[in-house]
Formats: sequence, structure tokens, C-alpha cells
Amino acid sequence: MLQIIRSPQVFDVVVVGSGAGGGTAVKVLTDRGLNVALLEAGPMLNPAKDFKEHILPYQVDHRGAGQHAEMYFGRQQWGYFNAPNGYWNIPTEPYTVAQGSEWRWFRSRILGGRTNHYGRISLRFSDYDFQPEDGLSEAWPVTYEEMSPWYDKAEGFIGVTGTKEGLRTAPDGNFLPPVPPRVHESLIKAACGKLNIPCIPSRMAMLTKSVHGRAACHYCGQCGRGCQTASAFSSSQAMIFPAMKTGRLKVITGAMARELMTNGDGKVTAVSYIDKATRTEQQVRCKAVVVAASACESARLLLNSKSARFSNGIANSSGQVGKNLTDSTGFSMSGYVPALAGMPRHNADGIGGMHLYVPWWLHDDKKKDFPRGYHIELGGGFPLPHLGTFAGDCNRHEGYGKGLKDAIREQYGAMVSFAGRGEMIPNKDTWCEIDPAKTDAYGIPVLRFHFKWSEHEVKQIAHMQQTFASIIEAMGGTVMGRPRDAARAISTGGTIIHEAGTVKMGKDAKTSVLNSHCQAHDVKNLFVCDAGPMVSQPDKNVTLSIVAFSWRASEYLADEMRKGNV
Amino acid sequence: MFNPGQFSRRELMTRIAAGLTAVAAADAQHVHEQVAQEKTASKGPYKPKALTAHEYATVQRLGDLIIPADEHSPGALAAGAADFIDFLCNAADEMKDIWTGGVLWIDEEMKRRHDGKMFVEASPEQQTALLDVIAYRKNQSPELNPGIEFFAFCRRLVADAYYTSPIGFKEVGYMGNGVMSSFSVPKEALDYAMKRSGLG
Repeated sequence: MLQIIRSPQVFDVVVVGSGAGGGTAVKVLTDRGLNVALLEAGPMLNPAKDFKEHILPYQVDHRGAGQHAEMYFGRQQWGYFNAPNGYWNIPTEPYTVAQGSEWRWFRSRILGGRTNHYGRISLRFSDYDFQPEDGLSEAWPVTYEEMSPWYDKAEGFIGVTGTKEGLRTAPDGNFLPPVPPRVHESLIKAACGKLNIPCIPSRMAMLTKSVHGRAACHYCGQCGRGCQTASAFSSSQAMIFPAMKTGRLKVITGAMARELMTNGDGKVTAVSYIDKATRTEQQVRCKAVVVAASACESARLLLNSKSARFSNGIANSSGQVGKNLTDSTGFSMSGYVPALAGMPRHNADGIGGMHLYVPWWLHDDKKKDFPRGYHIELGGGFPLPHLGTFAGDCNRHEGYGKGLKDAIREQYGAMVSFAGRGEMIPNKDTWCEIDPAKTDAYGIPVLRFHFKWSEHEVKQIAHMQQTFASIIEAMGGTVMGRPRDAARAISTGGTIIHEAGTVKMGKDAKTSVLNSHCQAHDVKNLFVCDAGPMVSQPDKNVTLSIVAFSWRASEYLADEMRKGNV
Repeated sequence: MFNPGQFSRRELMTRIAAGLTAVAAADAQHVHEQVAQEKTASKGPYKPKALTAHEYATVQRLGDLIIPADEHSPGALAAGAADFIDFLCNAADEMKDIWTGGVLWIDEEMKRRHDGKMFVEASPEQQTALLDVIAYRKNQSPELNPGIEFFAFCRRLVADAYYTSPIGFKEVGYMGNGVMSSFSVPKEALDYAMKRSGLG
């Protein structure tokens, strides 16, 4: 029989997962003097080696195609130059999708998780997001007023650009100076002005001023490749590396959490994990656990933690673990804008991502035929040429010779893009559960997903299609690509990588898993601090809220431990 | 004054991280180009690894026709597009099969049209006459489809190779991935677009 190796040390807290939620917990708990062990299913991150933001294609022999030209044959899961982050398919860690559903699940496997590469859009939820007025989803057990000081802390620490606008749909925060708009963004703003659509400085976790010892941005525009100077926020660089220096954090990489072990009182006493390198089970003992493995992985870990007391999975007396799953809606449209063609060349990099964005603007509109809303992310400028950057031009122009070359030069910088990210309302057909028949390569039962968009989301996409086209036309541009029916144009569930809601919080222990401090109703020393606790999926990217909620939960946990309540 | 040219990329990054200096984008670009030039200089003339001399010469000629040199900049030939394509062929058999098959198809078609001449042996007029057919989807037919499909792939790869080279970067005028202390937009660029859009 295999020997299970138990750590002799009892940590105050074991944190499972090192992304935005886990990183925040590690930072706050070690700052409070607690001894913490952090489990990460992927390897350690080495920014000096892993981040390639200042490597140009021609400095690499395969220029990003991969050593075996993988890119050209659909065998590259993520661009070579991107920060190491994760995968759509992990051969050793499969999942299943129920018949009739479509769902794709991105998993990060690296210290820092998705924060190494994410878009860093940092939006506060609005008061009505927490307390919906339309009754289509449940109220959160917290209000905006309660969360506002935690957003202040989160923004103050990670550093978020922005301006005070006084909009209810986009609450103001504790902002760093904004970055001036690029030329195409100024045009979009003018076009939006004609259409009565707001277009305001973006709220992004890039440092326009030095914060907490992290250098100010140097405007290379490649944040998606990682940032060696940590000027773009990542939990690995801004939270976990500093915590390691305190001597109070032990990082265990290659550790796939398998089960939360409990004692006779129903409290978590250890986290069982598989050491991927040796494929052996290990246990790390603790007084409390913070699960922040990403919404669906956290639900999986809870559901897989079965015992006589917790026959349904730990902390799941409500039966709600795995339910309430959402992703953001997604739809993108590009346009060609002749006014931008042949524009005098300049460095249009700025921060990686948009300098302006469109917050939701029709909250009070009674005429629209769908509930809730979306925001619009803007793209354009002079991109760093990559393999494939001009594939669309080649395809549209066809031909060859000087005509093709001139067209590519003329149209470079004249494309704009609009990406809508909207709210999905939780529905009973969208959830995940343990597949009864399948395990991964580590013997851990896998998730099975069920997913369905409702009419609400499809109508929202139709509204995006009309809106984006009208903005492009107001710029004198033409819409690229063929029109598609909204039901077909909507993103596949999971592909926006904003999964949330599977371990939801609530006032009532009968209908929710966690209380308002992300603490399990059933298990006082179990906290979940990723997007799992989110009751709904507002039209505002979840990361800033993950940080704010995790910060608040971690302070509460530290207080409760000091008082002897946990 | 700080001259980034004297530093390696790693040293440059260290200096940025230390917040010691702010350098112009053009200077950082200089570092990149220097690295590229050093790499090229050490290599000497390219010897194809996967393609035969004939296939390589055909790919060179196709590249030259797809993105020629003009008054603006050198073309795909000078940018070494065929070298990169040969590299990819050496990296993946699937890639090599596409190119060897494509070159054979083009040669056969040229032979059929012009008394057994290979593509590279044909006159420039004969070469462009063939491309004028296979460079457009509208000419699709069972006989021509393999050539049209290959040429679309060839055009995409030549463009990939060209525009990811230092020459291609210069041709489109990419000026980014630098190191700057602040971001601003030149007024002339904003005025240019605003005036043309009728929005300003």
C-alpha cells in the first residue's frame, strides 16, 4: 500500500491556488503574521526567463510558430510569446461536457495563474449588481457600500488607472492617472459622442506611477506576455514573491489538490494533494484552508471531499456546489476605417490593451428587450507584427505584388475592433458536477459540465451587433466579416474565461454555500476566495472583485483565528 | 546620456526595473535590431535544410513576386522569406509536404503551358500570367483548385515571413515595443485622422 506522506508542520492556513484570489490571501495572511502553505498545480514562475515582452519575432528562429511549426497546424494552445498561463486542453486533466451542451474550460497551471497574462481590466461592480432590481437573480449578502472600502484597498495595492466619472454603471475608484487615448480611440470616442454612448478612460491594472516598489509602466504594450518589471499586476510578482521573502510562506508547486480532509468535528485538518512529479499522495496539515483554485476547480475539490459527515461533498448541505455557473457573454466585431489609413507612423503601444472603454450605458432604458448589460472593449492601433497579423489582409486582398504590399501598408493601423462582454444570468441548465465514470491521470474524479445560454444573452448579443456596427459606420468605416445570427455569433460558454458562481455566497445556509465572508456555512475553517462565491456575473470583469473579496475574507479569517473562533 | 545600444536586453530590463532611466523607443528598437543583425551576421548565406535547391529557388521566386522590392523597401527575397519557409519545412513534415507538393503543381502547370519549362525557367510574363489565375478564388475550378489553395497558403506564409523580419517591421512602420517614460500621441497623427473622418 502506498504510504501517505503527511507534513509534520501544521500550517495556520493552506491556500489552494495562486491566482488573484489565492495570491491576495497569501499576501494578507502572511502580512498578518500567519504561517501559510500555498499549493499550485503548475510549476514555479521565473519572470526573467518566462516573460517574453521584449523579444521580437525575428529574434527567435521559429518566430513564434513553435519548434515544430505547431502554430500552423492548430497544435499550439497559446501563442509562443504569451506569458505562460494555461491550456484549453490538458491531456492528463480532462473534463467532460454533457450531451447537448457546449463548454470549454481554460485551466491555468503556473504560479500566479491567469494573472500573469490577463487583460487587467479592473471594474468595480455597481450597487445594482449586488442588489439586482429586476429579480432575475439573487441578491448578494453584501452591498456596494460594504465592499467599497475593500475595492479601495484592492485598487490601491494592485494599481488601477482611471478617472472619476460619476457613473452608476461604473463606480469610481482609487485611481492612478489614465493614459491618453490613441488616435483610433479618439475617433471612437467622437463617434460614440454622436450616438450618445459614453467612452471613458479604461480602468486597467497597469502602473502609470510606481506603486509599492513596483516600477511605473514603460509602455511597451505587451502586458499579455507578462511584465518583467511587474508594472502590470500579477499575483505572482506583486503578492506571492514578496510573501515568500517574509519566511512565512511555503510554496508547493506541482501539487494537484485532491481532497479536503476533516476530523470528527467536521473541520478541515489537512489538504490531500497529488505530487505530480512522483504521482504520490501527500497531505499538508492546517488550521484553516482557503480554496482559490478557480471557480470550477474549487467546486470540484469540494465535491470530491466526501466523508460520512459530508456525503454530498464538503460544505454542500445546500446542494449548491457546482450550481449557478456563469461565464461572460462575448461578441467581437472589426471595422476598417479609411480615415485611419496611411496615418503618420508613431508608437501607439501605451499600456497593453485599451486606453478607453465603453461602460454600460442603458441601465435606465425601459425599451431594450433584454435585462442587464455589457461593456465594450476597444482594439486597434499599430500592432506588433506577428505571424498571422496580415493573414486577413492577404485573404481579403488576394493577388500578389506591389498592389498587395501597398494595401497592407495602407491598411496597417486602420482596423478597429469592438469586443462586448456582458452579463449572463444564472440558469438551471448551467452547472457542473462530478462525472461518475472518469478520473484524471492523478486518480481525481473530473468535472462534467452542462451549459446553456438563454434568450436574455442572445438578445444582448443582437444589441451588441447593432451597436458596434453603428459606431463603425459613424467613423465612416465598414464592418468586416459576414453578419451572423446572434444565437450563432455568441461566444461558446467558457471561452471568455470568466467562470463564476459555482460556490455561491448567500445569507441562507439552505440555499448557499458560503456566508458573506466567503466562509462555508457548514465548515467554519473553510473559505473559498476566487470567482466561485459570486452570486451573479455582472458585466464587469471579475478579477478586481476577486481581489477585494479575498482581501476581506482573509482579514476576517485572520481576525477569527486570533479570536480563537476558527 | 544613457545609450541603450551599449547594454544587452537583460541589462536594459534591469535598468528599467530599477527605475534608473527612461529611454526613447527608437533606442530600444536599436537594441532589438542590433541583436538581429548580430544573429544574421554570424550565419553567412543560408543553406536550405529541407527543400531541394530547385524547390528553394522556386520559393524564393514566388516570394519575390508576392512581395517585391519597390521604392519603399526591399522585398521578400531580401528579407529571407524563403529561408524562414525552409526552416518551417525542416520543422514539420506536414509543412514540407505542402511546399514540395505546391512547387510540383506549379512546375507541372507551367510545363503544360510552356513547352516543359519549370516555373523558375519561365519568363517573368509567363510567371505572372500563371499567378494572375491562381491568386484569386474567383478562378476556382477542379483543375485549378490545388494551385489556388497552395498559392493562398504561400501568400500567407510569405507575408508572415516578410512582416516579422526587420525589413518588414520597417516597411509597415512599426515603432513600438520600446521603453518610454510616458505615452503620448503626435498631434499630426490625430489631426490627420480626425480631419479625414469628419468627426473632428
